[in-house]
Amino acid sequence: MEPFKTIKSIATPLDKVNVDTDQIVPKQFLKLVQKTGFGQYLFYDWRFTTGGLPKEDFILNNPKYRDSKILLTGKNFGCGSSREHAVWALLDYGFVVVIAPSFADIFYNNCFKNGILPIKLDNKKIESLFKTNSEIEVNLENQTIIVPNETISFDIEGHRKKTLLEGLDDISITLQYEDKILQYEKSRIVS
Amino acid sequence: MPKTLFEKIWDLHVVVEQKNGPTLLYVDRHLVHEVTSPQAFDGLRMNKRNVRRPDLTFATMDHNVPTSDRSLPIIDQISAKQIKVLEKNCKDFDIELFDINSPNQGIVHVIGPELGITLPGTTIVCGDSHTSTHGAFGALAFGIGTSDVEHVLATQCIWMEKPKTFEIKIEGKRKNEHAVTAKDIILSIIRHIGTAGGAGTVIEYTGETISDLTMEQRMTICNMSIEGGARAGLVAPDEKTFSYLKGRKYIPKNYDELVDHWSENLKSDPGAQFDKIFTLHVDTISPQVSWGTNPAMTTDVTSIVPFPEEYAKGNQDEEKAAIRALQYMDLKPGTPITDISVDRVFIGSCTNSRLDDLIEASKIVKGKKVSSKVRAMIVPGSQLVKKQAEELGLDKIFKEANFEWRESGCSMCLGMNPDILVAGERCASTSNRNFEGRQGAGGRTHLVSPVMAAAAALAGHFVDIRELDLN
Repeated sequence: MEPFKTIKSIATPLDKVNVDTDQIVPKQFLKLVQKTGFGQYLFYDWRFTTGGLPKEDFILNNPKYRDSKILLTGKNFGCGSSREHAVWALLDYGFVVVIAPSFADIFYNNCFKNGILPIKLDNKKIESLFKTNSEIEVNLENQTIIVPNETISFDIEGHRKKTLLEGLDDISITLQYEDKILQYEKSRIVS
Repeated sequence: MPKTLFEKIWDLHVVVEQKNGPTLLYVDRHLVHEVTSPQAFDGLRMNKRNVRRPDLTFATMDHNVPTSDRSLPIIDQISAKQIKVLEKNCKDFDIELFDINSPNQGIVHVIGPELGITLPGTTIVCGDSHTSTHGAFGALAFGIGTSDVEHVLATQCIWMEKPKTFEIKIEGKRKNEHAVTAKDIILSIIRHIGTAGGAGTVIEYTGETISDLTMEQRMTICNMSIEGGARAGLVAPDEKTFSYLKGRKYIPKNYDELVDHWSENLKSDPGAQFDKIFTLHVDTISPQVSWGTNPAMTTDVTSIVPFPEEYAKGNQDEEKAAIRALQYMDLKPGTPITDISVDRVFIGSCTNSRLDDLIEASKIVKGKKVSSKVRAMIVPGSQLVKKQAEELGLDKIFKEANFEWRESGCSMCLGMNPDILVAGERCASTSNRNFEGRQGAGGRTHLVSPVMAAAAALAGHFVDIRELDLN
């Protein structure tokens, strides 16, 4: 996984609550057996007509946000299915940061495994970000979002921050505990 | 200190504990299916890693398998490839696979309990959010993403932040147990707590109603814990649990000893503290029908499609969401729920495709016909459910009424196989998610119980099933 670097970009405002992973990447696109190539299917049913043409009124189709790396959205983002394809689609499309008042648990966890930073912010701070029309800077090291005339700080669990900043691979970390796992296996009561 | 059931299972599985940070938990059972595993196996190969405990790993194909004649080749080439890839992965890594022709094939959350792979007090993971189903047996069972699937394959462990605890007490006696089902109980709960009400928690369902429910009904409730945002749902195991599992194919040899241990230990201690509590009284609840595009957007069958402003109770985001939902569902506020006509009926999914569900639905179908305007299908949850139902003659009852009787799989719950809604079609579905496009782009889903779905198939619209003779 690539270590997380400071991100400077305009934020794409997707003003919806309870966005589920079926919307982030509809099921007809879950049949790929690799992790790449899902960006074209991101928010597919909202982004495209049944004929496959871009829907002009959908925010991702606004040229202003074409190169945006930050998604700004409503509460309980990523609810529903555990499909990590939702995270792969966001990443493949170009989003590296998602800012919302809250996230569904499995989605939140999946983000960190792929180098996406999900930031939880309270409604007031989110509202001010929704009003911002210019580039913002997300600095994970300092846990800040810098908007013109304002610096917003955010919380994140220490170990998750480390994982992203160093681009750590969970499995290598766990394998360092091999002796503990072996020891545990000897004590199991259910075979 | 008195402990909750969740805390007891958690403590029994700790491999590594850290002061600040997640805990490494041991995984007793890992269930694998074709959609969320290919990238995980690829990751193993890329890093030259092996599957640590193939003996604790079980695979099946359920999400995209066709439910039509299994002797025919799979037409969808991409689905066929995903199925082939799972076959190869299981062969290469020595994992037991219940493939498309196996008598044990079925929806992963139906076959786990059916085969005795699911056991009380164990930890169970699967790359599928409805893994919460197995909590009905007093197992700590939760869905994980593909990166974690790879992690569990490689290490048989998972890193997890300790969730909070949420007790949902289900109290009282239902007035009509055939009409007000486990599905109506869980939909009522989600309607009250919201789709994020259980976020960050493991729910334990307690109360006299839970003890009254069968294992299959408890599975329906635990299954939809994720729709209330929870990581997992739990029910303390009891005699019903132990006798359900007894004699199943994969239970351990020392099962009876384990039962003694479980019945002594697997319950919340008196006085154990939960972080959150909610109580549902079932005496007055009605059969439920969802009207919107998330499972909390649900109401009584005797009620009307709500007005967004009233539904949102001053919350602007919710009001916007309700307006959008009604537009998508093509419903007008004030319409009686019983006036909503359906085009399709789907009885199936990991929520409601077990033998109990089919028996209950068959009672009102017997001797009647599906409305000429409706296309209705029954998709048993597993090959075993299908076989048992056929032994009881349920297939004949359904077929004579013009229901389609299909092979087992996830089918129209998520429409990854050919079973999908056409844009604009309206479906009474016993599945768990009414999200936009879930059952097919532009399709409209109403979540209901199997009995309500069957009644809607016959009448062509929703009906107050309490008025029917269900005995």
